[in-house]
Amino acid sequence: MSATPPKSPLVQARDLAMSFDVSPPWLNRVLERKPRQYLAAVDGVSFEIEKGKTLALVGESGCGKSTVARLLVGLYAPTRGDFQFDGLDAHGIFKTAGGLKLRSRIQMIFQDPYASLNPRWIVEDIVGEPLIEHGLITDKDQLKAKVGDLLKSVGLSPLDMVKYPHQFSGGQRQRISIARALATEPEFLVCDEPTSALDVSVQAQVLNIMKDLQRSRGLTYLFISHNLAVVRHVSDQVGVMYLGRLVELADKHTLFDSPRHPYTRMLIDAIPKMHDTGRARTPVQGEVPNPLNPPTGCTFHPRCPHANDRCRSTRPQFLDFAGVKIACHAVEEGRI
Amino acid sequence: MSLLQVRNLVVEFPGRRGTLRALDDISFDIAPGEILGVVGESGAGKSLTGAAIIGLLEPPGRVASGQILLEGQRIDNLDHAAMRHIRGRKIGAIFQDPLTSLNPLYTVGQQLVETILAHLPVSAAEARARAINLLQDTGISAPEQRIDHYPHQFSGGMRQRVVIALALAAEPKLIVADEPTTALDVSVQAQIISLLKNVCAQHGAAVMLITHDMGVIAETCDRVAVMYAGRIAEIGPVHEVINMPAHPYTAGLMAAIPDMTQDRERLNQIDGAMPRLNAIPQGCAYNPRCPQVFERCGHERPDLLLAGATRAACWLHAKDQQGVTA
Repeated sequence: MSATPPKSPLVQARDLAMSFDVSPPWLNRVLERKPRQYLAAVDGVSFEIEKGKTLALVGESGCGKSTVARLLVGLYAPTRGDFQFDGLDAHGIFKTAGGLKLRSRIQMIFQDPYASLNPRWIVEDIVGEPLIEHGLITDKDQLKAKVGDLLKSVGLSPLDMVKYPHQFSGGQRQRISIARALATEPEFLVCDEPTSALDVSVQAQVLNIMKDLQRSRGLTYLFISHNLAVVRHVSDQVGVMYLGRLVELADKHTLFDSPRHPYTRMLIDAIPKMHDTGRARTPVQGEVPNPLNPPTGCTFHPRCPHANDRCRSTRPQFLDFAGVKIACHAVEEGRI
Repeated sequence: MSLLQVRNLVVEFPGRRGTLRALDDISFDIAPGEILGVVGESGAGKSLTGAAIIGLLEPPGRVASGQILLEGQRIDNLDHAAMRHIRGRKIGAIFQDPLTSLNPLYTVGQQLVETILAHLPVSAAEARARAINLLQDTGISAPEQRIDHYPHQFSGGMRQRVVIALALAAEPKLIVADEPTTALDVSVQAQIISLLKNVCAQHGAAVMLITHDMGVIAETCDRVAVMYAGRIAEIGPVHEVINMPAHPYTAGLMAAIPDMTQDRERLNQIDGAMPRLNAIPQGCAYNPRCPQVFERCGHERPDLLLAGATRAACWLHAKDQQGVTA
């Protein structure tokens, strides 16, 4: 970073990386002389989110966006890089006794509202658990009142707290997840595909609630999605990921109005347009390569129409072009 | 003449606590070579309509009344053996997950050849040549080698291409494609949709495309049927349904989709959720959620009424015309 902004951003990720050991078992390695094998799910990702803003991460399956989410809430410890939350080294603190306090400031909403709520618990227990776990409320009546307030804030009735998850529809369950995430009054919410499992009319309800809560509580969001239309609706800034790396990071309007990276252009072009009936187009060929054996140089080069020898051999730097960060040789050389 | 005619189709699931009516009085036509989109939220009955047409309703589900006619012949009352000759030969099917539609123990070539030999009077060598052609048509490179590969050796998008080749193997007149791109990534989805459109046009097959994605419908289909709670809410040319929706549900659904071209602070939301099958409201099933509800909606059920270029099951259009079917 060249100039220090007047107020440091709430969330700062610097060169975050996470690789998973996917080696065959020890005996196979010895007998078949197979080497250890690592999968670089996230390979050096840097971004910042200012307080009260939303950064969206988009990308296709396997690009590492969910791994970033898990790194930020401390479900994984990064293999490289660091994550500063409000000026604190989060992963250092997660390991210490102060970790619980920090975790209460960072909460997560998961994709599948059918899998993320315990089917044997009533809603009161589900939403109240973080309050008890973090020692915020111990009194039973106070807990009931607080859970009621939380349910009201997501558009459910306090009377719903005696019900089990199966008595709710998908959209209502996702609101219960949001209520649970809000219980500890966090400042930062990591939302991993929160509306992907929902129908469009219900998705609109959940997105509206999330936006209302952001305004009223000044929440900061990391919003992960593969749906670009949803991302355009909720975010302030958008980061596009491909095979574990950010390829473009820009504010929403710049990114959608003038995408620079060939992959971003391809993604935006691939969205079916609603009011453009019967449009014919030539889709970009190819699919996301196997992350175990990524292409050399720029990992997008096998699918890129602008690739040259440099793209095939050297990995592009993530550089700043008038406020837009792009990792692409063609953009750097002014070819596109 | 229509290729497929569905007339007042009712599908029921008898159960211990009474019979659930999952599809209620569905009527529509598909012309030869046409692409009809069927769109709706989960539980609206779109997949069930497809399953009823290809004769793959899961028991105890059954066609309780109504007719399905293919080229003027009834196919809803055929027995198992007779239906087997129609499935594959006259109606091809593409399902959501390409991995579960292919047998992992056979090469894609064996599966294609088996399908071709089962339906067409050709020799084994001709069948293999035809299989290679089909793989070529669906955009698989080096089909002479790929034909001997197993499904696990293909990526998700490539597998779906094989499934499309398989559906087209016996030159059916109609393809029922149930969420063919939902399991795929966006960039691959675009490839598969344009492939489906081009290859079906090339082989002269009509398509019934079932999806929940309005964008896919807009780009691909000639006409679209919007389903809600087991009934067709609106059916008509895709451009008119999307830009001038006549049914309040269609209008609400369109406004709930985030738009790539304009900024909106809030999305239009339809409050509530689609009713469960055992609690479908009296009158118009949409009336408890409808912003334009009036007295008649609560007790009388609207048929599809002419509404401009489309037909909508909504009493708002009652002044235009009385009900018409098909």
